Amino acid sequence: MPKTLFDKIWDFHRVGERADGRELLYIDRHVLHELHAHHGFAHLQKHQRPVHRPDLTFAVQDHTVATKPGRNDDTNPSGTAFLQAMREGTRRNGIKLFDLGDPEQGISHVVAPELGIVLPGATHAVPDSHASTVGGLGALAFGCGTSEMTHILATQVIALKRPKRLRARLDGRLGEHVSAKDVALRLIAELGVAGARGYAVEYAGSAIAAMPIEQRMTLCNLNIEMGGRSGFVAPDDQTFAWLAGRPYAPKGALWDQALGYWRTLKSDDDAEFDRDVSLDCSTLEPQITWGTDPSQVVGILGRVPDPAQFDASRRGAAESAFAYMGLTPGTPLAGLPIARVFIGSCTNSRLPDLEVAAAIVRGRRVAPGVTAMVVPGSSSVKRDAEAAGLDRVFRDAGFFWGESGCSMCAGGNGDRGAPGERCVSTTNRNFENRQGPKVRTHLASPATAAACAITGRIADVRQVLAGAI
Amino acid sequence: MQPFTRHTAIAAPLIQDDINTDQIAPVLHGRGLKEDYRVTLFHRARRRDDGSENPDFVLNKPQFRNAGILVTGNNFGAGSSRESAVWSMLANDIRVIVARSFADIYRENCLQNGLLPIVLAPDAADAFAARVIAADGAAPFTVDLESQRISGPGGGDIAFEIASADRMRLLEGLDDIGLTLKHMAEIVNWEQRAAAAQPWLQTTRDGR
Repeated sequence: MPKTLFDKIWDFHRVGERADGRELLYIDRHVLHELHAHHGFAHLQKHQRPVHRPDLTFAVQDHTVATKPGRNDDTNPSGTAFLQAMREGTRRNGIKLFDLGDPEQGISHVVAPELGIVLPGATHAVPDSHASTVGGLGALAFGCGTSEMTHILATQVIALKRPKRLRARLDGRLGEHVSAKDVALRLIAELGVAGARGYAVEYAGSAIAAMPIEQRMTLCNLNIEMGGRSGFVAPDDQTFAWLAGRPYAPKGALWDQALGYWRTLKSDDDAEFDRDVSLDCSTLEPQITWGTDPSQVVGILGRVPDPAQFDASRRGAAESAFAYMGLTPGTPLAGLPIARVFIGSCTNSRLPDLEVAAAIVRGRRVAPGVTAMVVPGSSSVKRDAEAAGLDRVFRDAGFFWGESGCSMCAGGNGDRGAPGERCVSTTNRNFENRQGPKVRTHLASPATAAACAITGRIADVRQVLAGAI
Repeated sequence: MQPFTRHTAIAAPLIQDDINTDQIAPVLHGRGLKEDYRVTLFHRARRRDDGSENPDFVLNKPQFRNAGILVTGNNFGAGSSRESAVWSMLANDIRVIVARSFADIYRENCLQNGLLPIVLAPDAADAFAARVIAADGAAPFTVDLESQRISGPGGGDIAFEIASADRMRLLEGLDDIGLTLKHMAEIVNWEQRAAAAQPWLQTTRDGR
């Protein structure tokens, strides 16, 4: 019987079925972060349960860490207790921690791939909804809650109902300055914020084949914004080349053996999916959100939609989004003045994201009155960017260049905007108050964010580079 | 986990779609490791800009202050996986959420904590919401998980569906980890098979 890639990975990892009908799926790699881990450590200690496989478990400090140069545990006082509890819990349980000050510290979804902790065909779990970022390498990942995290710590399995399978075919060549972020935002706009709920999503098609690994991660990162817990891309030669030589990737004969298996990781030609959707990417322009959920998206040259365009069930949400965002229907997005730009987060903080932004910023200045920040996704990304001189490009232009962490994505470290500020952000959620009380977030790509920082307005990067703005 | 059999409480209507976990349980500064989840719940919606109470928010209205059932729309609990979005419900004695649908991770988090997530089909959801609005907190509703029925003012009983496995887990208050630990031999067997079939999965080593 022909199988999808999802079925192949699921079936291999299926340990058994529990009395309550849930299937137990083995988790090959489990990565913790400090916001949730302490609950799990406390639970295990109280119930005297050991961590079953500390050697398959890793931990990072990312959500609460300050981004200020010279930071320490106390730079963000509301994070201190979390950082210390993580340190204590990982030490007690024998778990490798990429701590503050560690050369590999960073956002879990950036660190795990770049160290080769994530592998094609492996299962992966993080107590964070953006876990499926690593699906860009062909891993099957699950974002989970705190109790599920504790369950995985104790048993190394997750108890799930088997999801359905959705294939998203993305075809066509992306236009200049159009990236995976734009593709993902358009797809979320088409499918809706719950469009992939209950499905594991396989991204396929010519646009995917041509997409660099980092962009595949951006795409898979945003999978949860259309309600899908797991999203992935079948691994290919690009994936294998990207992984080869990474610190935790297999070496020597083990690599050769793994590679032989990884080459089989694709959906069979006649495998059936429960649902197929498609998107022609060839005519896609840069995208930006206008509202307060990630499906409220228009092309960069578009206008705030008319509420009459929405069906009755969505109209109320649109109207409340207009009010929160300070927008009126029919207003063009391009030209709206902005106060803040954030480039970073697990969505768009890898080296190529920063290179794209730096290429636009180089030789230009952040517009007066705009606060612009770049926060690299990991300390390694930061180091590599500095070696390439990108920090100078950003700093010379007037950007803040920070230490690695989640930063303004959710503001858990105190980095946030001021009430009423309009912020163009490369993150993943434009929810009300997420980047600070009453902050108005517009999600966009690194290229668009860079163009907006320079012009002080929402701007089409293509026009900015053509000298039209 | 506290077993769930039956819950009688005031039902509060918050009929909106896509209420996300940033709204339910915003990340609050200075909360530390021991967060007071009673305060977390809908923290921003419950307060005005000056910090005073927002009298218009449903859970601040006198008749809904002690609500123990929340009635809402589609895709409740979208967004972050933070479990505080469930713990903050329980801290406020809300043990049932009736929605048209739930976000996947949020629903899992409910089941892990003995909070009953009920999904009603659109017609039944509309009818129930109308009854909850009409009752206006004057009389409670009873949710019975054994008989899978909701009863209360304004009409007859409403039947609801829930997967029998989820129902059993809630009724018995089963410890999820305990359930899985019964399968430890299978887990260890799997590890041995995987170590032979895909040995790179069962080991991690920094090769530098």
